[in-house]
Amino acid sequence: MFDAPEINYLAILPLIIVFGGGLIGCLLEGFLARGQRVRVQLWLTVATLVAALVVLVWLARDNQGITAAGTVTVDGPTLMIQGLVLSLSVIGVLVMSERLGGTTPDAFTQAGVSVPGSHEEAEAVRLGGTTTEIYPLTLLSVGGMMLFPAANDLLLMFIALEILSLPLYVLSGLARRRRLLSQEASLKYFLLGAFSSAFFLFGAVLLYGYAGSMRLDAIADAIGTETGMDGLLVPGILLLASGLLFKVGAVPFHSWTPDVYQGAPTPVTGFMAACTKVAAFGAMLRLFYVGLEAARLDWQPIVAAIAAVTMVVGAVLSIVQTDVKRILAYSSIAHAGFVLTGLVAMQEVGASSTMFYLAAYGFMTIPAFALVALVRSAGSEATHINQWSGLGRRSPWMAAAFSFLLLAFAGIPLTSGFTGKFAVFAAAVANDYAWLAVIGVLASAVTAYIYFKLIVTLYFGDTRSDTAVVAPSALTTFAVVTGVLVTLGLGIAPAPVLELAANAAQFLR
Amino acid sequence: MSLSVYIYLATILFTIGALVVLLRRNTIIVFMGVELMLNACNLALITFSRMHGNLDGQVYTLFVMVVAAAEVVVGLAIIMSIYRARRSASVDDANLLKL
Repeated sequence: MFDAPEINYLAILPLIIVFGGGLIGCLLEGFLARGQRVRVQLWLTVATLVAALVVLVWLARDNQGITAAGTVTVDGPTLMIQGLVLSLSVIGVLVMSERLGGTTPDAFTQAGVSVPGSHEEAEAVRLGGTTTEIYPLTLLSVGGMMLFPAANDLLLMFIALEILSLPLYVLSGLARRRRLLSQEASLKYFLLGAFSSAFFLFGAVLLYGYAGSMRLDAIADAIGTETGMDGLLVPGILLLASGLLFKVGAVPFHSWTPDVYQGAPTPVTGFMAACTKVAAFGAMLRLFYVGLEAARLDWQPIVAAIAAVTMVVGAVLSIVQTDVKRILAYSSIAHAGFVLTGLVAMQEVGASSTMFYLAAYGFMTIPAFALVALVRSAGSEATHINQWSGLGRRSPWMAAAFSFLLLAFAGIPLTSGFTGKFAVFAAAVANDYAWLAVIGVLASAVTAYIYFKLIVTLYFGDTRSDTAVVAPSALTTFAVVTGVLVTLGLGIAPAPVLELAANAAQFLR
Repeated sequence: MSLSVYIYLATILFTIGALVVLLRRNTIIVFMGVELMLNACNLALITFSRMHGNLDGQVYTLFVMVVAAAEVVVGLAIIMSIYRARRSASVDDANLLKL
């Protein structure tokens, strides 16, 4: 009566490695002496991520299929998104580990449990406390992000959503400076995140009621037949979509984004801006393309409208911001709109352009936030736009890299931003969404204004502020150089990655 | 009595939970609203399981309970750390992050 499900372990080996690495990291927290922890945990984390990436390319690619009782699909889009999450998290982890000459990662508090400014906190600093739990937390979150786009079952998708979110809630609250702000960001992210995942779950429950199963293929089969509960389909889809749209920060579910991006430790902001978005769009692709394709007349107009509103609101609100992290947050909202433009196009070209855009966006976001973390005034991060004025003359390298990334955000030719936008807009035009592409182009023009304003401030502003750029270690330098090179590479010669995305765009059903 | 009554009950509970999240100011109460929403999902799952005559829904409920418990652990920890720093658990007091 009960058969054990067949599991293709080679297909899910990358997942097992990442979760295993996270659990070993938790164990090491208990055994290692304080002095060794940062070094050991950093290398364990990077080694785990690299090992998972190697296994993904080497073994999992040849073991595609639907496994684990039909709940996990390992196919082209899954592998592409998982590979992207892994490569982005490698550079994300390197940026998080920036020590700036100290003994512990600079962005993180030395005692997360202590009250800010208390005696306990001072004591922890005196004793050299470390916050190395960020490494296992990051690994577990990455595991959730890899499971999310692979989930072929709404329940598994919900669990993956929680696995990726819960560590991020904690990570957002661990900033070393401005700790009250950081804790507040953590609280907001948690309350709104829990709220939205409850919506996601209720949507999944309604589709279970509709189709009698949470498997995406069963739901796809049920659409178009009389199930006797047809009224549950559309509300279910809308609730599921709102849960996912929250995670990518699409309007009207975007209100948490600027606050959390501003309050969280800057390297964590970069990590979650890039990786969460990649994973959530991966899951959205699978949900809409595999599970709900037959019902697309019900959701496509709504998602298209949300894409349009997201681009416009993200672009317009970014103009009035005065904080660099908030500018980048609103820009990430606008970018979510651009990705949605590719997603509503449907067909294989929709999936491939979406994945290409995610690759381009991820590799410019993490370095951009890494550079923001380097600009300091009186020991803490200087994120107000006025504090950045004239920085280009004092720190030419940092300003050059940041300006280049801003040009990529704006979508200037010869950067990956241009090729990415071209890909998603072309996909939209080819599939009867030309009006969406027009709005997209206009919104990019609006966002370009704030990026150019920032560049002008960097180079031609007043130089009297006490802001300085601290010298980064090899870790951040490596991450930034990688990001800039990928951004340039995808802008000049996008063909190999476009081809990779096109070849990986076929979903297994 | 028809089983669909339980679906309506679950929907009402879910709505009450959502309203609690949106209207109440105390973070603990807000959090209880989220838990109510998750439990409304559980009730609906069990009812649908009965309607479809398969056990999937009841198994799903167990998973949802575990996830809800994990969420409580993280959530209460965050709320506690904020409370210790500010001596307040109101969402209105957490207003440093505004434009």
